[in-house]
Amino acid sequence: MTIESHRDGNALGGVLMSLFGVEMTHRRGCCGGCGAINTLGEMHIYVDAPGDVVRCPSCQTVLMVLIRIESVVRINLAQLAWMEMPD
Amino acid sequence: MDGTALPRRLTWVVAEVVSSVDETRRARSIVLRCPGWPGHLAGQHIDIRLTAEDGYQAQRSYSIAAPADGEYVVITVELIEDGEVSPYLVEDLVMGDRIEVRGPIGGYFVWEPSLGGPLQLIGGGSGVVPLMAMLRARVSADSQVPVRYLSSARSLDRVLFRSELARIGRDVDGVEVLHTLTRTRPDGWDGLERRVDADMLQSHAFAVSERPTCFVCGPTPFVEAVSSALVALGHDPGRVKTERFGPTGG
Repeated sequence: MTIESHRDGNALGGVLMSLFGVEMTHRRGCCGGCGAINTLGEMHIYVDAPGDVVRCPSCQTVLMVLIRIESVVRINLAQLAWMEMPD
Repeated sequence: MDGTALPRRLTWVVAEVVSSVDETRRARSIVLRCPGWPGHLAGQHIDIRLTAEDGYQAQRSYSIAAPADGEYVVITVELIEDGEVSPYLVEDLVMGDRIEVRGPIGGYFVWEPSLGGPLQLIGGGSGVVPLMAMLRARVSADSQVPVRYLSSARSLDRVLFRSELARIGRDVDGVEVLHTLTRTRPDGWDGLERRVDADMLQSHAFAVSERPTCFVCGPTPFVEAVSSALVALGHDPGRVKTERFGPTGG
């Protein structure tokens, strides 16, 4: 296993959809570090950590961490300033 | 994709393997019957969860390879040598086996004929799978959207869907199919023969002035290189959609 590479937010579509109840990969989120706005599908995902780490594709700030512990997913919103959902 | 944004609880269902076909020596298409399947768009994927006898679970995402067809969902899986899940799916799974799936998932890397085109599809390795779903959707809907499909593979025996692509490229108006082989080429190869780069895109992809929507899928370094080259050529970054899969998992 190598950690130099990453996937993107499309890979987390399932867990995000089960958490939020709606499709999230085309929704936008804002980095609290640099202010860049990207869709969740475009964000970088590192899956070699004990959890899934979501980073800003512009500045690599950690935006979100999802950790599976038995039957729950613990979600840490870290430096995600905001994200959008359908009203 | 606001139509798919309606609240719909994503639940695991038990799907049955109804058939499979070897696409290459390392890749296999598997048809799953998924009870209550709500349909899907080309480009979407499913999550698959396998549970060992001791309760250990492994979960992976696989792109759907074909347009919606009732309860049937086709995935194409390429073997990753030391992977946890793909060797089981490619080598061990037999008809009648049951596996847990959930989906469809994805609203960003999706296409349907009503979204129009031109459609520029660029895939590396098994990254062609969601692009093949888009091409098959275009063909089966008899859409007139112009499509250019460019696949990159190490060698000819790793090119997925080769005979079907040859037939589509020959018989379907408005669709061009091109392959580039990056490592080894058979004698007499008349396709392209290097990694996808800006020069190749300049010569073979739709021009910026045609305002194509570009879908790029493959390993992360491939997607980074191709999407950067497209943007450098002047394509609108908002029309360059990407999906990366890393080296891990499998």
